[in-house]
Amino acid sequence: MADYLRDHHDKIVGRWSELVLAQVRGRTSLDEVRRELADLYSLIVRVLSDADDHAAGELRAALDELSRSRARDGYTPRETAIGMLALKEAVYEFVADTAELVPEFLVLSRMIDDLGLRTFEAYSAAREQIISDQSTSMLELSTPVVRLWEGIIAVPLVGTLDSARAQLVMEKLLDELVATSADHAVIDITGVPTVDTEVAQHLLKTAAAVRLLGAECTISGIRPQVAQTIVSLGIEFGDIATKANLADALALALRQAGMKVVPVA
Amino acid sequence: MNAVPIRSGDDVVRVRQLVRTAAAENGLSLVDQTKLVTAASELARNTLVHGGGGTATVEVVKSPIGRPGVKLSFNDEGPGIADIDLALTDGWTSGSGLGLGLSGARRLVDEFELNSKPGAGTSVVVVKWSR
Repeated sequence: MADYLRDHHDKIVGRWSELVLAQVRGRTSLDEVRRELADLYSLIVRVLSDADDHAAGELRAALDELSRSRARDGYTPRETAIGMLALKEAVYEFVADTAELVPEFLVLSRMIDDLGLRTFEAYSAAREQIISDQSTSMLELSTPVVRLWEGIIAVPLVGTLDSARAQLVMEKLLDELVATSADHAVIDITGVPTVDTEVAQHLLKTAAAVRLLGAECTISGIRPQVAQTIVSLGIEFGDIATKANLADALALALRQAGMKVVPVA
Repeated sequence: MNAVPIRSGDDVVRVRQLVRTAAAENGLSLVDQTKLVTAASELARNTLVHGGGGTATVEVVKSPIGRPGVKLSFNDEGPGIADIDLALTDGWTSGSGLGLGLSGARRLVDEFELNSKPGAGTSVVVVKWSR
């Protein structure tokens, strides 16, 4: 079989590329597919001919790399796997008339199935990686510390405040507080849909840390329904200032800084 | 309705979203939605942290006088609760939390039933009726 495949390299790779391209039309060119598949094909021939020990490892590595790049380019798992599985069809079209090659075709077929499954594994691993990278970058994106006024900084929180995010918020807020020598920090929770005991505890800890640095801390954006829920839960914010919205929190901070906003003349 | 697994912090978020949708679709006011979602958040986290993971079920129910409500069940096969009265005391905590999760959740809902035995897991069923 190895000899047969080697002798018919161009024809089989050509047909294989056509079959693959038909599935992923428009995403890539025939030349591109041909180049990628020719590499895999040569490795498969080397594995089948048992010539060297490294071929199997190289084939797996090449296939993993191809599946990873497919995942990154937005191909579906099906389109990725078909890239491998279509080889069966391509080879079959050529060996169908050659009876003595059929047993060997079965061996090749099983090998292609294994390789097809492998593309799934590599593909999902790559997607997992992409998702985890994205959630990390979203974590950072979603916690900007903004300067509202000289000496007044704020962190608008949007979404779920889990422990990892609360830790990041606290670090960024405290760093910024020291870096800007601000004496007032506002934590705005308008965009946090659920304030449960865990979120409240994170807020209380952050507020306590801000105070240890000698600054004042206000929690703003407490919507009416959240206020009622906090009361039912029995959470007490003690002497930490809370405000319904960010504007009120800014007004409070300005007043504490001895400033007043007046209309122009 | 099907049981949703609670195995990670992400599952707690998923349970919250499911509960919020069910509460909104069944005519609970914004305040009641927020209360029920917050109670679900506390109970789901208890299932995860103290029960070592379990399941949550969201059901739509009707009261004897025909008012719709949302019923939530949380089940785990964790170590169970030895002293239920103590566990329901404000400020008592077995961990490092505020100690208000379980007792607070009871105040956020209309019906609250807790069954637990040491070594036999814990089940909490709560209902919030629409007004």
